[in-house]
Amino acid sequence: MKKNEDAAAKKKPKTSAAQIRVQKDLTELDLPSTMKTNFPDPADLLNFSLTITPDEGMYKGGAFVFSFAINTNYPHDPPKVKCTQTIGSQIYHPNVDLEGNVCLNILREDWKPVLNLNSVMVGLQYLFLEPNADDPLNKEAAIEMSKNRDQFLANVKSSMRGHNIKGVQYANVLAR
Amino acid sequence: MAESTTDWQDRYYDIDQVLNTPGPRTDPAFLAGDGVKDFLRNQAKILVIGAGGLGCEILANLALTGFKDIHVIDMDTIDISNLNRQFLFRQKDVGQPKATVAAEFIMKRVPGVKVTPYFGKIQDKDDDYYLQFNLVICGLDSVEARRWMSATLVNLVDPENPESLKPLIDGGTEGFKGQARVILPTITSCYECSLDMLNKPTAFPICTIANTPRLPEHCIEWASVLEWPRVQGDKKMDTDDPEHIGWLYTVAAARAKEFKIEGVTWSLTQGVVKNIIPAIASTNAIIAASCCNEAFKIATSSAAYLNNYFMLIGTEGVYSYTFEHEKRDDCPVCGGEALDLPISSELTVEQLIELLVEKQDVQIKKPSLSTPTSQIYLQAPPQLEEATRPNLAKKVIELVPEGGEVTVTSSSLPFSLSLRISYK
Repeated sequence: MKKNEDAAAKKKPKTSAAQIRVQKDLTELDLPSTMKTNFPDPADLLNFSLTITPDEGMYKGGAFVFSFAINTNYPHDPPKVKCTQTIGSQIYHPNVDLEGNVCLNILREDWKPVLNLNSVMVGLQYLFLEPNADDPLNKEAAIEMSKNRDQFLANVKSSMRGHNIKGVQYANVLAR
Repeated sequence: MAESTTDWQDRYYDIDQVLNTPGPRTDPAFLAGDGVKDFLRNQAKILVIGAGGLGCEILANLALTGFKDIHVIDMDTIDISNLNRQFLFRQKDVGQPKATVAAEFIMKRVPGVKVTPYFGKIQDKDDDYYLQFNLVICGLDSVEARRWMSATLVNLVDPENPESLKPLIDGGTEGFKGQARVILPTITSCYECSLDMLNKPTAFPICTIANTPRLPEHCIEWASVLEWPRVQGDKKMDTDDPEHIGWLYTVAAARAKEFKIEGVTWSLTQGVVKNIIPAIASTNAIIAASCCNEAFKIATSSAAYLNNYFMLIGTEGVYSYTFEHEKRDDCPVCGGEALDLPISSELTVEQLIELLVEKQDVQIKKPSLSTPTSQIYLQAPPQLEEATRPNLAKKVIELVPEGGEVTVTSSSLPFSLSLRISYK
């Protein structure tokens, strides 16, 4: 009898290292009030979104949404992060391209398993406080930022209201 | 000792020199003579994971050292590019399962050896399968499979049954570099303990790929990381599909032409997207030999075995370094404590949490709890706390079966605590 119970216990699924690590990362997130996570399915910890509403800097007043997809090889593999505004219109930012790809070193070349979801989220918020024209993904925006800062600031403001800049339709990201 | 008909005289003359008499460094448990030979040749059952570059060498070495009951798992089929170093395969075998062809070759070449192949994934097998072996050797090329194997063998260990501890020997190569290590699950550092030692795969800054490509690799990454999702939408890229590689190659080559970069080829494209590191037959031979010597020493106790990490660096002359990699207390696989917790079948989740917070020997601050398949109660973020809050009033028995595992995480724990719940 005891033997049968043991055998049954051995067939039970085990919690994987990736699962535990995600649970640990999420429950110990220390986010400022400018960042909020949203889980479309609260039972699925591996897919969720993060909304950043900067309270200072040129992107103040906007709400920027990023999707997070974590695979079972986390934290060896970094989470996959994309900026996801409404389809067909994106955000105007030198480090985010029109497909929603984000240029943040710790998401790719500088990812290490000791980093966690908190570090990624803080890194993303930093992009809105200090956009970086040296690592452009949206080249137009980066050129404007380094050559004509006033025009760039005006473009940021108008893009956030959902206007069209140089033929590209941007998403209205004003926080409601 | 039962003399098998295939053991002609002096078949094992050389190996018997080691097994016939104890030496100054042999383990006191070493049964010199017939005892150890009988164990090695008639009882020991060994599992080889991977029948590729390392696996072919490992299988040959094991068979020739006298292991006679060998099992091998591999999920791949033979590709023409394997033939330069995976010497158990011939051109006629292309397309066939590696495990099956390798097993047949060894059995034909080395009389009296039984090799049992399994063409499939290591994840297909359950604990009972792994429990039948005396030890496991891995010759893998993927971090994910290694993590799975190491975690599975750690979880297999039952403190009351010494037989459940299966030594794991892990070999790995990357060009001129390699490593061999011995893992005694739960006793010495496991694969997960050393995860942060891994070289990270080469990744280029995405802005370089997008704007200032200088290398053929930049063009290939542009095609696979940026252009594939943009053009192909949600279609999943299959790096084993020649059509997909062909598409990436065409796109990357056009990009390279635009930026006047040379060197984008079909094989480089495949190499970059599959993250292939050139495999060198002789590095595989060194590492496989070292793994098999350790397997032999562990199986026979005839000499002291590797403690516990051997590194070979052939990129700058020949340099090797052996050290003891330390077990990590905060390792998510072997470090977390496991606690048997008998509780009343009336206990609610909320009471269980109070118990964990107050229990003298645990004292966990703000614990979050889950089972392998669902969340029980998470302290944060607010949305998940709210979603799991209704569970607080439920009885634990409604959510966790007898003998079920509950994983507890908390900022006050090095990593996690595993509870085995039983009901009084």
